[in-house]
Amino acid sequence: MYHLVLNDPRILLGYKNTIVYVALGTLLSLSFTAMGAYALARKNLVFGKTFMLMIVFTMLFSGGMIPTFLVVKSLGLMNTIWAMTIPGLISTWNLIVMRTFFQGIPKELEESGKMDGLTDIGVFTWIVLPLSKPALSTIGLFYAVGLWNNFFLALLYLRDESMYPLQVILRNIVMAGQYSDAQVVSASGDEMIVEESLKYATILVSTLPILMVYPFIQKYFVKGAMIGSVKG
Amino acid sequence: MIKQVMRDKYFLLLLAPVLIYYVIFKYVPMFGIVISFKNYNLFKGIWDSEWVGLKYYIQFFTNPDAFELIRNTFLLGAYKLLFGFPAPIILALLLNEVRWSIYKRFVQTVSYLPHFISVVVVAGMLTLFLSPTIGFINDVIKAFGFQPINFLMEAGWFRTIYVASGIWQEAGWGSIIYLAALTTVDPQLYEAAEIDGAGRWKRMLHVTLPGIAPAMVILLVLNAGQILEIGFEKVFLLYNPATYETADVISTYVYRTGIVKGNFSYGTAVDLFMGVISFIFVFSANYASRRLGETSLW
Repeated sequence: MYHLVLNDPRILLGYKNTIVYVALGTLLSLSFTAMGAYALARKNLVFGKTFMLMIVFTMLFSGGMIPTFLVVKSLGLMNTIWAMTIPGLISTWNLIVMRTFFQGIPKELEESGKMDGLTDIGVFTWIVLPLSKPALSTIGLFYAVGLWNNFFLALLYLRDESMYPLQVILRNIVMAGQYSDAQVVSASGDEMIVEESLKYATILVSTLPILMVYPFIQKYFVKGAMIGSVKG
Repeated sequence: MIKQVMRDKYFLLLLAPVLIYYVIFKYVPMFGIVISFKNYNLFKGIWDSEWVGLKYYIQFFTNPDAFELIRNTFLLGAYKLLFGFPAPIILALLLNEVRWSIYKRFVQTVSYLPHFISVVVVAGMLTLFLSPTIGFINDVIKAFGFQPINFLMEAGWFRTIYVASGIWQEAGWGSIIYLAALTTVDPQLYEAAEIDGAGRWKRMLHVTLPGIAPAMVILLVLNAGQILEIGFEKVFLLYNPATYETADVISTYVYRTGIVKGNFSYGTAVDLFMGVISFIFVFSANYASRRLGETSLW
């Protein structure tokens, strides 16, 4: 059964696509979130209040599905790897959590860095980031899981089957019952049972990576939820 | 001013990608809402399409489906709040009574897990479990001699399935915040209650519950603000034309009419109408939580 699932070219392709989206997306999202959050964590940043207000306002109101769709389309992002990574680049929630974390870093450390002649970016890169590994891994994991599970962006912005991530292929197999020809032929025996097991096997294969790493990284997730519960 | 900008130039540089993202993907679409007042045509573009005023809003409100869509969106949210809000509290209270810490940690780990499973997998599992031919739930029903129920094809079952699976997925994760609140309850209060002769039940009622009451109030208010935020994905994956009458919500309708059929202006009008109502909900909820306690979204 697993042999059938793992040899399905669509599953392999979906796996490959998803891994690429997760790797690129997490890298971009995490870097930009950390950079932005560090700037916003600064107490007297010029226009800081205005920027924060502008960012938080998007939690309350958005242009909606169609205007966003038209923007993505007019930028030519449809059917590209960027469609999966850019429209959801920054999660406002994660940005605020990260900012709260940076606000807790003692000012003295940053000042000592400046005394040693570092620029603000140097302080961020060489002093703040190494101290923030726990927060970075937590937020990175949130982004990675979000990208791994993402179905919405693919549904809206990907039309080309060769770009489909695992979630879309999973949905096509499990919910809509599409099989590749090889499976139909080799599965013609006890059809009902085979169909059922195939679906279960597909679900398991696509969830396995999360199930396997989850017990080890669980504490990071919980920490993230706790930081988020404290007001920034 | 210029002096401050110069002083903070590196910070502004670090912030630039975030700001550009918010402008392009959040604020430009907000201005894109004007297409709901125009007869938007892909080839003419936003500026050259002609104005039609409130045509699409009137079209939506005179549509016989409008009432059903608004009702479905509201009811799904209301049931989610009604049943989904107490679930993590009950779980946290139960976990708090567990004395064997290995067992407690095990239950916590297992109950947080569904939060990380994708909506597609949850919907897929529901489809398999509830199937009238191969689903184990119907096997049980058949074993008792009843007719199998085709759950996902019957409109009457949709809300139950939606709410119950939501609780399964989020109750554990939601309990984290209550468990954190519980650790702040002073142990001396428990000792005092015990000396006064309170049993476990009484202690839970008079010490534990008041201890987490502030967290409960804040979360209730914030959840109430989110009442219209029905996740598009789960409804989209679980509904079908046979269950539209209870399952079709604003976001799925916008997707079908706007994106799939290409009525961009009409879809945007429907979406904006709901967005405004939702904004009022979140805004008043946040105002309320600011009055009630120190916690608020901003």
